Amino acid sequence: MKVLVPVKRVIDYNVKARVKADGSGVDLANVKMSMNPFDEIAVEEAIRLKERGVATEVLVVSIGAKQAQETLRTALAMGADRAILIETDDVEPLAVAKLLAKVVAEEEPGLVLTGKQAIDNDMNATGQMLAALLGWPQATFASAVTVEGDGVTVTREVDGGLQTIRLRLPAVVTADLRLNEPRYASLPNIMKAKSKPLATRVPADFGVDITPRLTVVDTREPAARKAGIKVGSVEELVAKLRDEAGVL
Amino acid sequence: MTVLLMADMRDGALGVDATAKALGALAGLSEVHVLVVGEGIGDAAVEAAGLAGVTKVLAADSAALGKGLAEPLADLIVSLAGDYTHIAAPATAVAKSVLPRVAALLDVMIIPDVIEVAGEDRFVRPIYAGNAIQTVTSADRIKVFTIRTATFRAVGAGGPAPVETVAVPSGSGLSEWVADEVAVSDRPELTAARVVVSGGRGLGSQANFALIEGLADKLGAAVGASRAAVDAGFAPNDCQVGQTGKVVAPELYLAVGISGAIQHLAGMKDSKVIVAVNKDEDAPIFQVADYGLVGDLFQVVPELVAKV
Amino acid sequence: MTETRTLRAKDAPDLARFEWDDPFRLESQLSEEERMLRDAARAYAAEKLQPRVIAAFRDETTDPAIFREMGEMGLLGPTTPEAYGGIGASYVAYGLIAREVERVDSGYRSMMSVQSSLVMYPIYAYGTEEQRLKYLPRLANGEWIGCFGLTEPDAGSDPAGMKTIARKTAGGYVLNGSKTWISNAPIADVFVVWAKSEAHGGKIRGFVLEKGVKGLSAPKIAGKLSLRASITGEIVMQDVEVGEDALLPHVEGLKGPFGCLNRARYGISWGVLGAAEFCFHAARQYGLDRKQFGKPLAGTQLFQLKLADMMTQITLGLQASLQVGRLLDRAEAAPEMISLVKRNNAGRALEIARMARDMHGGNGIQEEYQVIRHMVNLETVNTYEGTHDIHALILGRAITGLQAFF
Repeated sequence: MKVLVPVKRVIDYNVKARVKADGSGVDLANVKMSMNPFDEIAVEEAIRLKERGVATEVLVVSIGAKQAQETLRTALAMGADRAILIETDDVEPLAVAKLLAKVVAEEEPGLVLTGKQAIDNDMNATGQMLAALLGWPQATFASAVTVEGDGVTVTREVDGGLQTIRLRLPAVVTADLRLNEPRYASLPNIMKAKSKPLATRVPADFGVDITPRLTVVDTREPAARKAGIKVGSVEELVAKLRDEAGVL
Repeated sequence: MTVLLMADMRDGALGVDATAKALGALAGLSEVHVLVVGEGIGDAAVEAAGLAGVTKVLAADSAALGKGLAEPLADLIVSLAGDYTHIAAPATAVAKSVLPRVAALLDVMIIPDVIEVAGEDRFVRPIYAGNAIQTVTSADRIKVFTIRTATFRAVGAGGPAPVETVAVPSGSGLSEWVADEVAVSDRPELTAARVVVSGGRGLGSQANFALIEGLADKLGAAVGASRAAVDAGFAPNDCQVGQTGKVVAPELYLAVGISGAIQHLAGMKDSKVIVAVNKDEDAPIFQVADYGLVGDLFQVVPELVAKV
Repeated sequence: MTETRTLRAKDAPDLARFEWDDPFRLESQLSEEERMLRDAARAYAAEKLQPRVIAAFRDETTDPAIFREMGEMGLLGPTTPEAYGGIGASYVAYGLIAREVERVDSGYRSMMSVQSSLVMYPIYAYGTEEQRLKYLPRLANGEWIGCFGLTEPDAGSDPAGMKTIARKTAGGYVLNGSKTWISNAPIADVFVVWAKSEAHGGKIRGFVLEKGVKGLSAPKIAGKLSLRASITGEIVMQDVEVGEDALLPHVEGLKGPFGCLNRARYGISWGVLGAAEFCFHAARQYGLDRKQFGKPLAGTQLFQLKLADMMTQITLGLQASLQVGRLLDRAEAAPEMISLVKRNNAGRALEIARMARDMHGGNGIQEEYQVIRHMVNLETVNTYEGTHDIHALILGRAITGLQAFF
């Protein structure tokens, strides 16, 4: 079974996003970029499926700027076998899902594994949208994934606990934070990844309309919450909460 | 202009708090129909019909829909979509799974985690873990969005609105429910609680986390935790408050032994009153706290339990 | 009347944005491969080395498993060709790796430098094909630990004054002498030792010794108050008999050890800047967080002056090491260039660590804040592999043509 893992290049997890003064968006010039951490978890899970003999090939796909090649190389260095870059400006999850659906039609994977959301736009949508377009079942927020026969059993992190569901394959699964702890690529594997195949395509190859549906009107800093006061004792705290804030 | 609001449902019962707050968010849009789904939902439908601003309740009573599986729920909503300009839901785990699927089936974009409905086609939502707030307009014929309910005021009683039964499309059999493992607790649900007591790495161990639970029980509060505390195994995953966990906005949030990493702040900074207890006077949590107490939590918490 | 004017981008009044943690955009001067190798080394150092360094330093313990881990990650001898277990990385990549490891601790970087530049490099550059195949793959994967014996109790800055001697026997050589301040020695499996060989007219020759050979011992030097996470020892050789196959045949004279030392010193010039960057970042954060007299320390002029000096020296040092690395990769680097960057960067890093210690106030002496550990480590790094002053003499000789060593 082939496993397809869509990955996104985003601002590094450790970098605090800065809003541009003119409200046009977040400033990404000269900012460290990395693989979306949830996608990294998905790549790790796919590699583990291959190591367990469940998956035969791990194909990673990224849709974005030319530099997303680096993200794909990272995935290849972790252990993915092959990569496809669809080079384009930033596109919305719906367009991403449409492009991925075309890649799925060409590649015929048995499972698509991706991150539950990208930490830049926090959309949490691509996996579900891809499943919808393909008519496949979906399992979001996965914290455990087991492939058996023609199905996949997924434990999901839901409100108030865990839910386990079983999907018929092919299916789309999105990874939550605790599905696994991704390995980091070793230096020898980074060097070996240089010779793994990485194909570059453009949206026009797939005949997909990627026109955005949403228009960003304004991007601003959240209203800052101002620091309050320090209290000197538990008595004072209880008194303030009771008399001043009125929440006790 | 009519909105279809998928109610928050928990095993056939209405999640009143989230649903009423979502109705609060939609107050500026004219008609709202509430979709109530699950097995044995008669009472829930009546309860929803009695909320202010609801003009009709659609009841889809079906065992197949009871477990929140995305495929049949999405098919149901799509079958109803023709009558609506907006499809919305509180941003629960179920809605976050289902509504993007609905949007794609309708060939429209999803607008997740809306914190302000600024007009019929204009929405405000946080991005970059809450480090930026974006306003977007949608050109789609149907606006599909989820609502981050924490910041909205719940609507009161109204109606009653009429309840209509809707047909459930036949199942696709693509997925099946296997098991739920829900933490059983007498405490209020984290995202709906009036008071939340959260513990962080400063607790030092799972055993010490009982201090947080004790204080929560004294206050009738829900229990939360920072990612550091969850990663260290002090508290279960579903307690995590933060960008990748639960987003809460209770009337009172007590952060105990939590330093205040940005990803935690993203999950609680809309709380009305924030109290921080930390032994490090320079901890960033104090920069968002209304009341800060610098001290050893192992002395402060028992004292609080005794005095509140 | 309107006039149409165009300004070239470079002539526009607004210049680009500044990043305090990468002032000259080192990032943009690296290849994709170099960045990836650097990021992998950083992830390893942060996740595996950082959590254990405070205790290792406090307890003066060296975990030999670190060599296995580093080997698995590919950090040992990365410039060595793949055929011998390396990854054929560039010297720039080697420097970037050293910087990431030393960001955690100079001792860990020392362990790695010795294995890479002082053990694997001479075996690769001066050894036979048999020696390469026998030793390099197992040194690269960390199964074997290597050490390098040049310095002696009475021959430090003047290695030509060494007393270790190799006498010819029927089947090989017998070695006598002692070496001191040898990193990794007490836990080493492979010893690259330099000795004056009677059979070669008293010229300095390199020998590869293996642990367990009769007459070879490597006692630990305890009580170091610097580089405590990296074990150091002596090498004592009493009638150590080795075969002809122990000789590194392809070099003789001081050129042999200096060929190794030049590469190690180049790596050090990067490594110390990792330690300096840690101290700079820590001091900056401390200054932003710590409030006295009602405002952050970082809002005071004296504090900002120190931060500006730190950032300036680190930035200039990184550009210098990068250029030397590029020249090394093109086989155009001169030893004096390496003396310049080793001397400058180690000295500056030590100053920066001392400043950072000071800027942390009383907290600066506490192990948890880590700056004092970097500070005492850098005292050693400023001294070993050619002291600050000895490198000045190398540069002085290059400038004047007059040697002033003696």
